[in-house]
Amino acid sequence: MRRGLAPLLWTLFSAGGTLAAFLYPIHLFLTGLAFPLGWLDPPRHEFALSLLRHPFTRLYFFALISLPLFHWAHRFRYTLYDGLMLKHLTIPIVIFCYGTALAGSLAAAYTLWTLP
Amino acid sequence: MPMSNAAHPTPFHPKWYRRRVSVWWWLESWRYAKFVLRELTSLAVAFFAGLALWKIRAIAAGPEAYARFLERMQSPLFLLLNGVAFLFVLYHAITWFNLAPKAMTIRVRGARVPDWAIQAGNYLAWLVVSAVAVWVLRRG
Repeated sequence: MRRGLAPLLWTLFSAGGTLAAFLYPIHLFLTGLAFPLGWLDPPRHEFALSLLRHPFTRLYFFALISLPLFHWAHRFRYTLYDGLMLKHLTIPIVIFCYGTALAGSLAAAYTLWTLP
Repeated sequence: MPMSNAAHPTPFHPKWYRRRVSVWWWLESWRYAKFVLRELTSLAVAFFAGLALWKIRAIAAGPEAYARFLERMQSPLFLLLNGVAFLFVLYHAITWFNLAPKAMTIRVRGARVPDWAIQAGNYLAWLVVSAVAVWVLRRG
């Protein structure tokens, strides 16, 4: 890994960690527990789509998906190094972690850009 | 071979004795375990990023796909995964906010804002942001 990228990756880790800390618990609670268990009614499709179409919401969901993926990539890379002691596999690990984050970000951008 | 402190380049580097460390080294103490649990929160973060992506794709694909997504969330497998992931993202949030004063020092008129005030500010902002998210989604 070139040294020039390190500050960028660190910034993405930090921004994604902050976003995940503030927003993931409530979103995961609603989507994953409160709606399926019937504690709260999920938004109807029509409303969900109209909400998603708003430019601010598109940006919000892009950031909500992309930045925490880079947070995961950076942290998981070191989890693999230290936890499983896989330092010798640096290049495949780096490609897998940041590659997955990049692919997820592109998929989110494409979906939000081409909303019906 | 006799060991000496003098550095001689040798064709065969001597193998120093090294204790083998088990992959489960972090179960030896609670401090290590907490550290590894914190590191593993990243998997829950990636899990929810994937779930959010799946959800917006379902919404984009139409009412039937969205209904299927909501139905899938009701399966025992996803309820279990979501429950576990929720605990992990909570742990991520708490450790993140508790470390916030170490990541940034804020000064007001030259005096350093105490750690507890930065943490309290983060927790308060967390509550407000969560309440706003619920409010926006409940309008439908």
